[in-house]
Amino acid sequence: MTTPSRYWREIPQRYRLEANKCRKCGFVSFPPRLICPQCQNREFEETKLAEEGKVLTFTVIRVPPHQFVDQAPYAVGIVELDDGVKLTGQIVDCDFEDLKIGKRVKIEFRKIFDEGEAGILCYGYKFVPE
Amino acid sequence: MREVAVIGVGMTKWGELWEKSLRTIFVETALLALDDAGVDKIDSMYVGSMSSGLFVGQEHIASLLADYLGQVPVPSARIETACASGGLALRLGFMEVASGMSDVVLVSGIEKMTDVNGYEATYALGTAADQEYEGYHGITFPGLYALIARAHMEKYGTTREQLALVAVKNHLNGSKNPLAQFPFEITVDSVLNSVLIADPLRILDCSPITDGAAAAILCPVEMARKMKKQVVKIIGSGHATDAIALSSRKDLTWLEATYQAGKRAYAMADKKPEDIDILEVHDCFTIAEICVLEALGIVEKGKGGQAVEDEVTYLDGKIPVNTSGGLKAKGHPVGATGVAQVIEIVKQLQGEAGKRQVKNPRIGMAQNMGGSGGSTVVHIFERE
Repeated sequence: MTTPSRYWREIPQRYRLEANKCRKCGFVSFPPRLICPQCQNREFEETKLAEEGKVLTFTVIRVPPHQFVDQAPYAVGIVELDDGVKLTGQIVDCDFEDLKIGKRVKIEFRKIFDEGEAGILCYGYKFVPE
Repeated sequence: MREVAVIGVGMTKWGELWEKSLRTIFVETALLALDDAGVDKIDSMYVGSMSSGLFVGQEHIASLLADYLGQVPVPSARIETACASGGLALRLGFMEVASGMSDVVLVSGIEKMTDVNGYEATYALGTAADQEYEGYHGITFPGLYALIARAHMEKYGTTREQLALVAVKNHLNGSKNPLAQFPFEITVDSVLNSVLIADPLRILDCSPITDGAAAAILCPVEMARKMKKQVVKIIGSGHATDAIALSSRKDLTWLEATYQAGKRAYAMADKKPEDIDILEVHDCFTIAEICVLEALGIVEKGKGGQAVEDEVTYLDGKIPVNTSGGLKAKGHPVGATGVAQVIEIVKQLQGEAGKRQVKNPRIGMAQNMGGSGGSTVVHIFERE
């Protein structure tokens, strides 16, 4: 269940791809973290994710969670961005037959789902073939 | 540290148990374990349950179940690490007996999953994934394992038929287990023609929604030796974590938490993969069994699919895996699974596994995994 505060908190990541980068080892964390999982350093600088990358793996969801019933079937993949960060998201504007590992995609800002007729419209990133 | 034995086990028939409540399923099962151990009082208890809150709207079940089992005021704790909750309940009971703090401990797991509809069950299970960065984008649990399956097929050439064979093998074993939810055989064709859930996984690649519980009684080995029963000792225990978001893993085909938990269990038991005679592993989806066997070092990296094709993991193979029918055929009441695995290993080591008995096994292993691999518990057992 998405509440306004829960939705609002994630906006910097979902709308603007804000991440942070460890000042010691260079690990890019998305979402931002307070301690580096690689070297336990606690100093970071702000950064933004690369907006292009390639598909590492994908699936087509045929039996969706209830918020996504209207969209099924839809493709979801893990994409490795050009800065090395890996992200999970929908792959859209692409025939399922054309999906393949290694395919180049770019990030676009799209509607993800809505919480019923009076609920929040939820936005974020999706992947689109280049 | 004291040596610890399993002196009693209990499990009832699993399935869609419409007529039974969570507390009834639990008590029936726990009483079987108490009777099997020949005790009616325990010193403490652990209950593995992933999501009694979302499945039946009931939290605080540790005390509820201690009460209905007639054991209050004994300490009772609910343990949650998603689908690894039962395995972790066992580990905590093991640690409590080994430490000397308690002598007789009940370890158990339960999930009552059919009081909600399919969407609600899908949602409840989905909470074991990263809700903000996986669930938000519409991924489901079959979807996450489908992502792993596709990556494994691409990297190692694992075939769609090999995935199907995992389900076929486990149903063959499950057909010999009267407590299994689906005690019947299936064919490769039936798997390959079953409905798609998340490409390339089909419904017969997936473990089912199940109501059920499992329980075991632990005590010090010296106490167990006084009973007229084959003593089965817990000789190794390992537990490890990984990022719960699949995308945070370095290698999408590798279950690092399973590797780490296995490494710790092997070290404690002073055993190697080749010492293991039988295994119960977490086949929540067919691809999971393949990846788990690789991470535990039972087969080489990338060879998990070939192992089932070569029938190495069949009941009469070199290393029988999931003789109980696994999660696939036996059922997967999430919190109970890790304890049910132990029951199968204990029965096999005691020579009491009926039609699915493996010839004279001495050392068994159980691997129980949460989410898409974010937590794993591994135990090694030895017949004395």
